[in-house]
Amino acid sequence: MMQNINQSKPIQFAILLCLFFALCFAIEPSETNILWRLPALIGGFPAVLNDSVEYLMFDWFNIDVYNADIDDYEETALLKEITRSVSRSVLFSIELIREVLLGGVKTIVAFTSWDFIDENEWAVWPGLPWTVVIGSAVVLGYALNGIRLALLVVFALGYIVVFGQWEPAMETLSFVLVAAPISVVLGIAFGIWAFKSARAEATLMPLLNVAQTMPHFSYLVPVTVFFGVGDHAGAIATVIFATPPMIRLTLLGLKGVSPEVAEAGMMNGCSKFQLMFKVMVPSARHNILVGVNQVIMQCLAMAVIASFIGAKGLGYNLLLSLNQLRIGQALELGICIVLIAITLDKLSLGWANKQIDYFASSSFIERHKYGLIVLAILIGGILLALVGSVIFKDGINYFYLIPHNKGITTELFWQSGVDWMVDNWYSGLQVFNTGLIVNILIPMKNAYLSMPVAATFLLTMGIGYIVGGIRSALTVGAFLLFIALTEWWDRALITAYMTTFGVVVSVIIGTTIGILCAQNSRASKSALIVCDTFQTFPSFIYLIPVIMLFGVTDTSVLIAVVIYATIPAVRYTVEGLRNVPEALLDAGAMSGVNRWQRLTSIELPLAMPHIMLGINQTVVFALFMVIIGAMIGTEDLGQYILKALSDKNGIGNGLMLGLCVAFIGLAVDHVISTWAKERRAALGLV
Amino acid sequence: MSKAPSTPEPVIKCESVYKIFGGEAEALVAQANGDINVEKFKAAGCIFGVNSASFEVNKGEMLVVMGLSGSGKSTLLRCISRLTDTTSGKIFIDGEDLLGMNQKQLMELRRNKMGMVFQSFALLPHKTVLENIAFPLQVKGMSTKDSIDRAAAMIELVSLTGRENYYPRQLSGGQQQRVGIARSLAVEPDIWFLDEPFSALDPLIRREMQDEFLRLQSMLNKTILFVTHDFDEALRLADRIAIMKDGVIEQIDTPANIVLNPATEYVAKFTNNVPREKVLKCESIMEPLGEKDKLSDLRISKDAVIETIAEAVLNDTKSVPVVDDKDQIVGVLNRDTIITVLFGKDAPK
Repeated sequence: MMQNINQSKPIQFAILLCLFFALCFAIEPSETNILWRLPALIGGFPAVLNDSVEYLMFDWFNIDVYNADIDDYEETALLKEITRSVSRSVLFSIELIREVLLGGVKTIVAFTSWDFIDENEWAVWPGLPWTVVIGSAVVLGYALNGIRLALLVVFALGYIVVFGQWEPAMETLSFVLVAAPISVVLGIAFGIWAFKSARAEATLMPLLNVAQTMPHFSYLVPVTVFFGVGDHAGAIATVIFATPPMIRLTLLGLKGVSPEVAEAGMMNGCSKFQLMFKVMVPSARHNILVGVNQVIMQCLAMAVIASFIGAKGLGYNLLLSLNQLRIGQALELGICIVLIAITLDKLSLGWANKQIDYFASSSFIERHKYGLIVLAILIGGILLALVGSVIFKDGINYFYLIPHNKGITTELFWQSGVDWMVDNWYSGLQVFNTGLIVNILIPMKNAYLSMPVAATFLLTMGIGYIVGGIRSALTVGAFLLFIALTEWWDRALITAYMTTFGVVVSVIIGTTIGILCAQNSRASKSALIVCDTFQTFPSFIYLIPVIMLFGVTDTSVLIAVVIYATIPAVRYTVEGLRNVPEALLDAGAMSGVNRWQRLTSIELPLAMPHIMLGINQTVVFALFMVIIGAMIGTEDLGQYILKALSDKNGIGNGLMLGLCVAFIGLAVDHVISTWAKERRAALGLV
Repeated sequence: MSKAPSTPEPVIKCESVYKIFGGEAEALVAQANGDINVEKFKAAGCIFGVNSASFEVNKGEMLVVMGLSGSGKSTLLRCISRLTDTTSGKIFIDGEDLLGMNQKQLMELRRNKMGMVFQSFALLPHKTVLENIAFPLQVKGMSTKDSIDRAAAMIELVSLTGRENYYPRQLSGGQQQRVGIARSLAVEPDIWFLDEPFSALDPLIRREMQDEFLRLQSMLNKTILFVTHDFDEALRLADRIAIMKDGVIEQIDTPANIVLNPATEYVAKFTNNVPREKVLKCESIMEPLGEKDKLSDLRISKDAVIETIAEAVLNDTKSVPVVDDKDQIVGVLNRDTIITVLFGKDAPK
């Protein structure tokens, strides 16, 4: 009997569940019962964090700095000076690009002074007409990857012009063009460092794990403390968020380079530098390009979130329209963001894959044709703008700049669509909405909240123990203990309930779709393409259509969570099923399995480790979305993070709350990846 | 019978080279003070990759290192190219102490004197055929134009004209290895390392590439260290063969001597099933010219493989003279010798 228990995991799980429920009923809810809720022992920690940050920022290591305004040396803290100069240079780069695209005076001010601008009226950088920007981008697209990319650029930028979003789009672009390259360079640098030194890797990995599971919002608080508010702060927050995946993918790519390729480089007499940047990094190109793609996506996903701390552009406008419930405009803005993301991604891909033609005829015109065309476009665009200033008498030169909200808009159409749906489906949707909330969500939430802390620990650590032994149990326990000792355990339970609901529904929908699509190769391919496209959308976009239908409720958030989190579930299911070795399927066919038997006895067991990794991703995606959902009013950890944002002393709370969310994710991640690793080893899939 | 020691200075010279894996190998070697006791090291959990290898390779000679997987043949090659650190021993390249070189000297040596071909081709995936071949030249600092011109010439040499702008992934295995060969030869190295260059290829392609390789070698006459696990390949290509087992060189000799006189039982396992008439040349079985030999009118070259002349000799009742390049008679062959080679010692004469 004992042996049975030791060997059979289902029996172990059943016993665990029985114990769990027994504990739930046995422990009385009371403020003083330590088994019911742990005391908030580290509740004072945020205040300590606040104080120490304040000390670092304003008192630690004072230095004398020359101040031009008072013409004397002034005592100031070192860290503050450092962050200030970082802020200044980032802001300068953003404004430089922005003014090249849109015109302005700030770059000139940076080299002179405001007085100079006031005295000299001519001192205004005029900015490029939109025709020139589009023309040059099209030429660039054509030069990098031919007519298809050029057409994509025409379509994307054309859309932005037609819908009158040129100005905010260029503001967003200037911000991305600074944040993305910094993230890529930092990511590659840290990736190389981690590749070269095992100790660096060991230090970086846990940090990356936490960084990648912390919700976007919690980065904002510390960034505002250190760098203030504005476009530069948004860019810095974006860099912090976008660099970790780049590091990870660089490291993965470098590790994947075949040792013989490295040896070949050495035998060709490469110096260390040549070996790294001419052999290793280019050979790891595939993964590094995936990283670049991730960076660009993260930058645009952050465009909206960064607007909380003062980044201008599409994100800010999107946030405004969402707040005013102007669904149509939000949709148009969302599409602009997606189009910029896709265009930048394809351009960077084209640049990386560019092939040089060594045998091309090399006349001057041939060599410089693209430069000459851009020059022609520049002159033509300026002439056209001059012509425009004569034609358009009402003060708006459409050939130069289409002002915000002067383009066409489909808002009316969407608004009437929403109105129509509200008129016709309202009662139906409302029934669904209330039904869901009353019958499922509220009971589920109450069940979560009535779990004694001891029972929660028993359940989670028990699962950890069954899956990965004592080590896993302790790891999971440590993650939870941190949360339990803060004062936000109840909030964390609410976050957990929403995430659980989202994950369960997403996994059911996602694996079902995945299994159906995997039955045929064309369907699999299209499923993967759809997943790719959906993943391009910044997470924020998903809130738009659901608010349209369900208004500002938990249901909206949960539906957005489900849509967003279903993507990885579908992707990994399809990939897992399609990658089952052909030989095994043939062997199955020769044993005479039917379709159903093939699925349940060959494909699913073998694909399971991969599918579980997908579920892992689903959990992380769901957590992110739940937290973002706080913006439209849920009452979980996310709401507190948002509050911390507007609090002067929010940094301690913001960071701790972020860690709470990250630790929920990491606990789940630990259990699932341990299981998947063991399964893979057992199946011999490496 | 073997090649005369033509030059006083061998191109590659190894003196009791050891490569020992295992945590404490370095410390134990320092203790041992040059006198390495195999048993003691093995007791300490060390594994011998290369166990006391000493040999020389002369200019223009091709030494084939043959062994099964895990025999240490690739490790030996990597010690001599210094891709791995040698635990103990001395290696000289053109009389210079390889292991004493600093990174810069090593880099110069590799840039100018060494070329290497890899089993899995090891082409740079992001570069075209042309760029791959030009790569070692560009690493040296040659201008883009010069390196591309030279690479184009190399492409002609390995018969890949028309594929200059293909990426490695668009080529077959044989074509990829031609690129690998062209790349390794681009800097005109004196020493050519080949690490199982044809093992990843199909048998027919492998045969074709061996022919191609012999053609190139007859033109270029490099000093070659060639690693393979294929005994037939070793016999076909080698001037001398070194057979390795568990890190030890069991025998190092010409193909004919190895087939005729295997030094150990292990070597004999390889030679037993080798059809001798296909391997041996007349030179290795001819007898000295006797006073009273009746000579046939026929003349055969000392480099002819027995299979090709067997029928002619068997049909001749007289002894057939064997001649060298200058038509000087260096020995004779008669029917009995051929019969022994073809059917073994017990065959009826």
